[in-house]
Amino acid sequence: MATKTPDQISEDLLRPLSGFSPRYLISLAILLIIVTAAGYAFGAQIYSGLGLAGINRPVFWAFYITNFVFWIGLSHAGTLISAILRLCNATWRRPVTRCAEVITVFALSIGAMFPVIHLGRPWLAFWLFPYPSERGIWPNIRSPLLWDFFAINTYLIGSVTFLLLPIIPDLALIRDTATGTRQRIYRVLALGWRGTSKQWHRLETAMHIMAIAIIPVAVSVHSIVSWDFAMAPVPMWHSTIFAPYFVAGAIFSGIAALIIAMACLRQFLHLEDYLLPIHFENLGKLLFVMSLLWFYFVFSERLTGWYGNESAEMTVFWLTQRGAFSPLFWTMVFCNFIILFPFLAIKKLRTITGVVIASVAVVVGMWLERFLIIVPSLAHKYLAYSWGSYRPTWTEITITVGTFAAMCALYMIFAKIVPIISVWELKAGLHPVQQASHALPQPDEVRAE
Amino acid sequence: MARQWGMAIDLDRCTGCEACVVACHAENNISTVGEKEAARSRAKHWIRVERYYEGDFPDVKVKFMPVLCQQCGTAPCEPVCPTFASYHTEEGLNGQVYNRCIGTRYCANACPYNVRFFNFFNPIWDKPLNLQLNPDVSVREVGVMEKCTFCVQRIKAGEIQAQAEKREVRDGEITPACVQSCPTQAMVFGDLNDPDSQVSRLARSSRGTKLLAEVGTNPKVTYLQQDSWHGDENA
Repeated sequence: MATKTPDQISEDLLRPLSGFSPRYLISLAILLIIVTAAGYAFGAQIYSGLGLAGINRPVFWAFYITNFVFWIGLSHAGTLISAILRLCNATWRRPVTRCAEVITVFALSIGAMFPVIHLGRPWLAFWLFPYPSERGIWPNIRSPLLWDFFAINTYLIGSVTFLLLPIIPDLALIRDTATGTRQRIYRVLALGWRGTSKQWHRLETAMHIMAIAIIPVAVSVHSIVSWDFAMAPVPMWHSTIFAPYFVAGAIFSGIAALIIAMACLRQFLHLEDYLLPIHFENLGKLLFVMSLLWFYFVFSERLTGWYGNESAEMTVFWLTQRGAFSPLFWTMVFCNFIILFPFLAIKKLRTITGVVIASVAVVVGMWLERFLIIVPSLAHKYLAYSWGSYRPTWTEITITVGTFAAMCALYMIFAKIVPIISVWELKAGLHPVQQASHALPQPDEVRAE
Repeated sequence: MARQWGMAIDLDRCTGCEACVVACHAENNISTVGEKEAARSRAKHWIRVERYYEGDFPDVKVKFMPVLCQQCGTAPCEPVCPTFASYHTEEGLNGQVYNRCIGTRYCANACPYNVRFFNFFNPIWDKPLNLQLNPDVSVREVGVMEKCTFCVQRIKAGEIQAQAEKREVRDGEITPACVQSCPTQAMVFGDLNDPDSQVSRLARSSRGTKLLAEVGTNPKVTYLQQDSWHGDENA
């Protein structure tokens, strides 16, 4: 990378923004067809009723809430990782941060849709807004679902701001090179960025404030998601360890998602010179640490539950450990823990391919983890007479697959609008001294002021 | 002091005839969901008779336990509802306001007794059941939760009647449909704040237990039974 000049960087990173290859258009079309199918499934569900999903009594939450927790978890990729790396001033972060922040915004938007998709009467979801309504009641502040509502909205606003702030100088860069309608659009988007020292100073201050502020917000979001479960007296839900366990799991799956996204970008946008093996290796190490932490939480939770030997808890415990859900449980342990040892602990195998294989396993494993937290506990609650089981229907499967397609489509579209790697940050990293001179006001700008 | 409605169910008297289940369906406009949906575990029975078997064949003994909403004093279903659809009434009932419900089903997950029911589809009644709907009870639409109300419409009617006649509600005057229909009089309903009511006396009985008392829900239904289900038959 040291051989690249600033002009080359601009050229390389802005190239994906111009023109569409047939491969791009075909894949986008396929993804959008899947998203449309999911939209149709949701429409049918609104028309007929939630009975189209596989949920029943007593398994009232299943795929949709699994997806909700999963996507909110993935959203911790970005903002949290990028904020921590920014604050630690890890210089290798520069090409990584924006890919990560984009994941946050889209995964969070998708995740936040699931509580609405899963509602019995989704058209009344707005009743969670605290507004003086003609119905004469406020939302119930004691409900963890209301905490969710506020936490997720705060996080969404925060992470959108966090994503958009460092994009502004890049939008200005595109504006300066583009022509015609494109230039007019980017002129609006660039918000009058001229690169004056005052503007740079304000941007850096704002970034710093956001990086600090977003970390407690991110932690609170997944803690509150965990409390959706931990606050109910359901066997294996009612646990004090849930908040940190969920936050760790969220960062874990988030890093995995980031690695997969980076590998795709590297492959399809030919960013081999920017997303280097060192990035994958560093993130792979981070993934491995999170895997150990995840296992530590699962082990502590299971061990204390086992020693507590409370009958309702033990029913669910054995159901996952060696009962009907045990194949899923052991697959989860394999994907989230065992498979990471060869691919991440052995230096020789910690290649880009190895790290990506491990990441795919983690994404699968973490989805299973959420499913295994939700469904077995509900299926075997206290009274044996009303135990049940669960099988997903096509409606749920279509909507689930549709959200993965939506994530890919949004990512592809975004990468056509904004350079997916921060151009100005890379340049700043290239020649730290040059950044200082770049920050100085240009003579004509001084005159303009 | 406000009344606290409660119930006592004598398991030693219950024959498992399910008259209470039928009466409840008729009184509360509970739609039948059909064979297919029932097989998918979506049947709605605000009261159900649970069957438990004891001993090994051929020496098997069956025990029946009617389970309905326990109208918990500290109900796990109430705080989790984001829209106050489930809330605590002054008379100690776990109210369920269908029109407020947006269908998160969180209350049903929090309920340790699994006595909350979800309308997976709009309700339909096979003919001629559609002609016997109770005008005192609202019909619930798709997407909302419903559950046993202790026949709140009968409670309100009894209270209004007593008020009109300028007297207190008499013990045993108000009976939910299940209590009224029980052929062995295994179920008793009344005010727990009246120490002389029949239900209060039964609730204090040494034979009384609460279902899943260890969860800490303070249920208002007391189950009466011999010291142990394995107890001496002649005791």
